[in-house]
Amino acid sequence: MILQTTWFFLWGLLWAIFFMTDGFDFGVGTLYPFLGKSDTDRRMMINSVGPLWDGNEVWLITAGGVTFAAFPKVYAVMFSTLYTPLLMILFALILRGVAFEFRGQIDSPGWKRVWDTCIFVGSAVPGLLFGVAFANIFRGIPFDSQGLYHGNLLMLLNPYGLLGGTLFLVLFMVHGANWLAIRTEGDLHDRAVATAHKLWMFLVALAVLFLGASFFATSLYDNYFKYPALFLIILVTVAALFGIKYFLTKQHYFKAWFSSAVTIVGATFFGIAGLFPALYPSIHDSAATLTAFNASSSPLTLKIMLTVVVIFLPLVIAYQIWAYNLFKGKVTEDDLEY
Amino acid sequence: MDPVFLSRLQFAVATMFHFLFVPLTLGLSIIIAYMETQYARTGDKEYLRMTKFWGKLFLINFAVGVVTGITLEFQFGTNWSRYSEYVGDVFGSLLAIEATVAFFLESTFIGIWIFGWKKLSAKAHAGVMWLVAIAGNFSAVWILTANGFMQHPVGYTIRNNRAEMTDFTALIFNKFALLEILHMIPSACLVGAFFVMGISAFHLLKKQHVSLFNRSFRIALVFGLVSSFAVAFTGDLHGIHVAEVQPAKLAAMEAHWDTQANAPILLFAWPDQEAEKNLWEFGSLPGLLSFLGFHDFNATVRGLNDFPKADRPPVLLTFIGFRIMVGLGTLFILLTLVGFFKRNRLVDSPGYLKIMFWAMPLPYLAIEMGWMVAEVGRQPWIVYGLMRTSEAASPIAGYQVMISLIAFVIVYGLLGAVGFFLMAKKAIKGPVPEEV
Repeated sequence: MILQTTWFFLWGLLWAIFFMTDGFDFGVGTLYPFLGKSDTDRRMMINSVGPLWDGNEVWLITAGGVTFAAFPKVYAVMFSTLYTPLLMILFALILRGVAFEFRGQIDSPGWKRVWDTCIFVGSAVPGLLFGVAFANIFRGIPFDSQGLYHGNLLMLLNPYGLLGGTLFLVLFMVHGANWLAIRTEGDLHDRAVATAHKLWMFLVALAVLFLGASFFATSLYDNYFKYPALFLIILVTVAALFGIKYFLTKQHYFKAWFSSAVTIVGATFFGIAGLFPALYPSIHDSAATLTAFNASSSPLTLKIMLTVVVIFLPLVIAYQIWAYNLFKGKVTEDDLEY
Repeated sequence: MDPVFLSRLQFAVATMFHFLFVPLTLGLSIIIAYMETQYARTGDKEYLRMTKFWGKLFLINFAVGVVTGITLEFQFGTNWSRYSEYVGDVFGSLLAIEATVAFFLESTFIGIWIFGWKKLSAKAHAGVMWLVAIAGNFSAVWILTANGFMQHPVGYTIRNNRAEMTDFTALIFNKFALLEILHMIPSACLVGAFFVMGISAFHLLKKQHVSLFNRSFRIALVFGLVSSFAVAFTGDLHGIHVAEVQPAKLAAMEAHWDTQANAPILLFAWPDQEAEKNLWEFGSLPGLLSFLGFHDFNATVRGLNDFPKADRPPVLLTFIGFRIMVGLGTLFILLTLVGFFKRNRLVDSPGYLKIMFWAMPLPYLAIEMGWMVAEVGRQPWIVYGLMRTSEAASPIAGYQVMISLIAFVIVYGLLGAVGFFLMAKKAIKGPVPEEV
């Protein structure tokens, strides 16, 4: 029980860290065509995430790997029922990854335009689709006890799913704009700050809408009414959301970025806490719902994996913080590698 | 449209494509780390130019390798959900450990390496490259350990209608996996060595940047010589183990149909799966198969006809793949040996340099063939003796897989074309000129 519960929250934590770290990469990539007016601007933007995006993306691999190891049945059913959207995300991530490396290799406008498009698509599509996917998971997915999907792809694009996708994407864009505010200077910096301010209004509207819609479209709040202490999660998230605006106004950009990071983690845990103990609920047949208790690995595997994670994740976090710290200053033309 | 067949095809495309880039990452990272260490130790600027030149090629290759690896981890879930559900308790943990202990390290430090030239001392920067090299190879160790479970499952029991882990130590010290690791890592080093030698030969033939490429060639030569012997040696050990635990694969590797003592090796043949015999054979060396499989000329080797038809792997692919791999492996020993004797007069050996230039793709071919023998030869099992590939696929529609397969072929095809084009372009351009 305790092992499975621990793993449930670790599972949520890994997804939250992935959204928090790669989230600003997605945001920067989505803002890329709009804020990058000149080639230098664009290179600044790419290089602002250049040293870190690869390490950030591994949080996704780890979240996927941990789903496989701790909840194999969830891994199997979730990824096969979400076959097409997941592959679309993965192909988009492929394009983003190579675009960073390939773009600067040939100095021709046409060549660069191709990879510029890939950077945008490879950032905006995963940002949006992760949101759509998670909102649909909050709502429940139509699959039966055999793991068979009942429905079609377009069903995922229901209003609540689309709302979740937009919320995620805008949240990542604000997070990315905050990152650019920290790491760039001059005109680009000013445009990033102005964008963060503007998008923030929109973000608040979306957040209110999403919190309200979740009441009608999902049963997430059941847990909240059962354990009112959980409302603290929403409280902290909303506080962080307003912290973004506060620190942007005070021009404390690192604190603004930190606030958007907390907002992302909070938004993820808003769903995770509401789902518990379900990891992958079915709206086709509630008996098919996969939970931390009916879909987990054996106690031995959970214990071994817990040992690995307890030793190595703090280590990973430590050297990633070191890496962030190493590249904390403003990007200058001197630093451009891509 | 059969989703099982299409999923197999898709997995083969995705894996073999990924495996065009990963071995070079593994092998070249070590060579570059060595070069950069020499720079940090001696301060000789030529080593720095070397590091940067090979580093540029490395990074293009690395990018394609990394992005194509992501889809692989998720394909077990998307296309092989029955498999994932059945063995995830054992197999999933190995993939998760790979990401946690190795891939994080590699991906975080490659970013530091690319952007850290001015932020770190020369020694620390070289140290970062060693971390990348070690983490990359360590990552391969975990992936092969996972594959080792599919080849020769150990450390589990069947409980709750699935395979559950009972002995983690047995799992990570699986002899089959250890032999795969010992065989595959030096093979990857060989790909790296021939890559460096081939491109160096190109420039040496043109008499440009002679000193830099002479040095590069010699570093890669030593690396390649040791690796080519290691590959053959561990390949032999691996073969003996396969003979013991996967007799049907051994029989398919040799197109060996009838159980017999003093079994021969066929230099070449054309096996016919349906007719259950070879349509023609060429060059039979009596007793040699018994010797290679069991180190005893009189040992009895089970033939394919000894196994039910449903339990036989596709013979033709396994047989030909093995022939090509072994033939090339022998050639690599010869080529690196010749190089070793010519090492002090490489520039004066245009014939040898030409051969080494054209030999560049051969280790790629050999390593792909080796992978094919391992995976096709394991069929019809997805986990040897435990679960059939036909029972392992996801309950998804064939058209879904068809569409994604087409997407894989197009995206990967373009990616590969662009990747190799850029590498060729940068390789031909050569290193930055010496500073004045």
